[in-house]
Amino acid sequence: MAILVDERTRVIVQGITGFQGKFQTKRMLEYGTKIVGGVSPGKGGQEVFGIPVFNTMDEAVEETGANTSIIYVPARFAYDAVLEAIDSELDLVVCVTEGIPLYDEMRVHLRLENSRTVLIGPNCPGVISPGKSKVGLLPDRCFAPGRLGIVSRSGTLTYQISENLTKAGIGQSTVVGIGGDPMPGLTFRDVLEMFEEDDGTDTVLLIGEIGGSAEEEAAEYIATKMSKPVVGYIAGVTAPPGKKMGHAGAIIEGRKGTAESKIDALMDAGVTVVQSLQDVVDAIRNIMQ
Amino acid sequence: MRLHEYQAKRIFEEHGISIPKGRVAETSEEAREIAKELGGEVVVKAQVLVGGRGKAGGIKKAENPDEAGKIADGLIGSYIKGHKVEKVLVEEALDIKAEYYVGYVIDKSRKRPALILSRRGGMNVEEIAEKYPDDVIRIHFDPLWGLRDYQVRKVLYEANFDSNEIPELLKIAKNLCTIAFKFEAELTEINPLILTDAGFVAADARLNIDDNSLYRNPELLKLRDATEVDELEREAVLKGLNYVRIGGDIGIVANGAGLAMATMDLIQLMGGRPANFLDTGGGLSDPQKMRMCLEHVVRDENVKVVFVNIFAEITRCEKVAEGIVLAMDTSRRIPHVVKLAGTNEELGKQLLREFAERSGAEIYLVDSIEEGAKKAVEVAGGGV
Repeated sequence: MAILVDERTRVIVQGITGFQGKFQTKRMLEYGTKIVGGVSPGKGGQEVFGIPVFNTMDEAVEETGANTSIIYVPARFAYDAVLEAIDSELDLVVCVTEGIPLYDEMRVHLRLENSRTVLIGPNCPGVISPGKSKVGLLPDRCFAPGRLGIVSRSGTLTYQISENLTKAGIGQSTVVGIGGDPMPGLTFRDVLEMFEEDDGTDTVLLIGEIGGSAEEEAAEYIATKMSKPVVGYIAGVTAPPGKKMGHAGAIIEGRKGTAESKIDALMDAGVTVVQSLQDVVDAIRNIMQ
Repeated sequence: MRLHEYQAKRIFEEHGISIPKGRVAETSEEAREIAKELGGEVVVKAQVLVGGRGKAGGIKKAENPDEAGKIADGLIGSYIKGHKVEKVLVEEALDIKAEYYVGYVIDKSRKRPALILSRRGGMNVEEIAEKYPDDVIRIHFDPLWGLRDYQVRKVLYEANFDSNEIPELLKIAKNLCTIAFKFEAELTEINPLILTDAGFVAADARLNIDDNSLYRNPELLKLRDATEVDELEREAVLKGLNYVRIGGDIGIVANGAGLAMATMDLIQLMGGRPANFLDTGGGLSDPQKMRMCLEHVVRDENVKVVFVNIFAEITRCEKVAEGIVLAMDTSRRIPHVVKLAGTNEELGKQLLREFAERSGAEIYLVDSIEEGAKKAVEVAGGGV
């Protein structure tokens, strides 16, 4: 088992004829992801790596029976692309795009509330269920099938930690990059709930960072509802307040969003919080052996 | 992007919110002139993008035009919390009957805009919320329907506001929301909102715009001023670099915000002191970009060693290595600890080995972050 994506996931790439879209489509195909179509308005009828391109999502979904999409569309057009994907009633939409305006993201959430669609991102690396499917740009070599679930706010840090784990023989059920924006679609809490219910996941790793209160909300869920062990790592212990650390959501505002408050909340919830990347591997090995 | 008070006030006024009479001055003579026009008694306010300006001596009252000139003279060219004062706002002194707070924020955890009202103006809103939680009114509303009159009326009646004040407060609240939506503000506030005999006046104005939306309001870009105090941070903003100065002696360049922060944390854990945070961003494939990042980091004279931590996926290691070579040839040459992993890793390492042999540059190739952090701390001469 896995969460969000598996062998049955049928993917449309929105923006498939663009530079990034094409490049990532190739890599997902190489991983074995079932890419069944692409959408690029005005390019309908073309093919990319033998995959049919459509003008609209409705047409693409109807022709291919897709249930998932991944969005490689520039920030100015991404809002429209997300709404189109939600309107075509997909189960899952992964939005990789960085720099989407806050008001667009806020309106997307309203639309999501009245839909059947789950959104990952924006500004995220996507999701991979090793050996089954990858919808996103996570590097294949870092992952191996196993029983650890990973949920994270940052890309390269997740790759690094996953690679360390894979080298140490700890495989993953699903790895979800929820993205570094202040209002992501799926939150830590949402993904933890999915891992809690997933038969294929025994232990969960949460990779958080400074800013916002998503880790604190996750801690509340872990304390009250979660039976599976959780290991946590929070980046940014040394980050100064008031400075945006790369991600739009990674900023300590006032007294909120510090690494300490997140670490405290997680520890109070019974999470094994570790201080460094190497400790992540050791802590998980101890729990899972 | 944060606007100056005088810029925000201009926008507020254009949207039907009363502001004190006054103008901006760049010299003491101008300040004196404006005070004269306003009838003598004025407030002189430094236009700097920092919080807590008043407490830091940036807001002063003058009894007459001469005093206004003197205060302006003292403020212009001075520094408030590290920000140079280039302009002062000279405004009529208001006759204060009461001070309120009205603010608008996007509540990111609820994914909704919220209007915040309080009868306790003058303090910052976090302070009010902490000391007097019962006196803070929050109205979350639907961004599609906007803030409705009844929502504001309801809470104002419940909080026993004077019914004579309610219509005007309602108008101000709605105008503030109109401004927020038009310019896509993350936060906008009037603090304090002052009740005078003539009605409510916005004594201060704040407007922070979401950077990602600026392309939709390009006229705002002309108002842009960097909020960074630190010279290197200021420059980084203009160059489009994700750079924050931390203050230690080990420079950090990583591709990815989380990875850069984790590297910083690890260096501190090992007894070293991170000098900065620099995230190159994703998909680094231009050696010139890498060169620019490294040159920026070594311009901080305190930096004794740079730790380059790259996890390459779309990024290509040989391009990163080319950038390192370029930077070491053109800028202050100090030791570099380099961890390259991923796409074209061997090619990148080979390039750096050859360069080090040829030029004598001090480059330490490492295989893990732990090893790299340890080496960087050792080279910097600190550590446990």
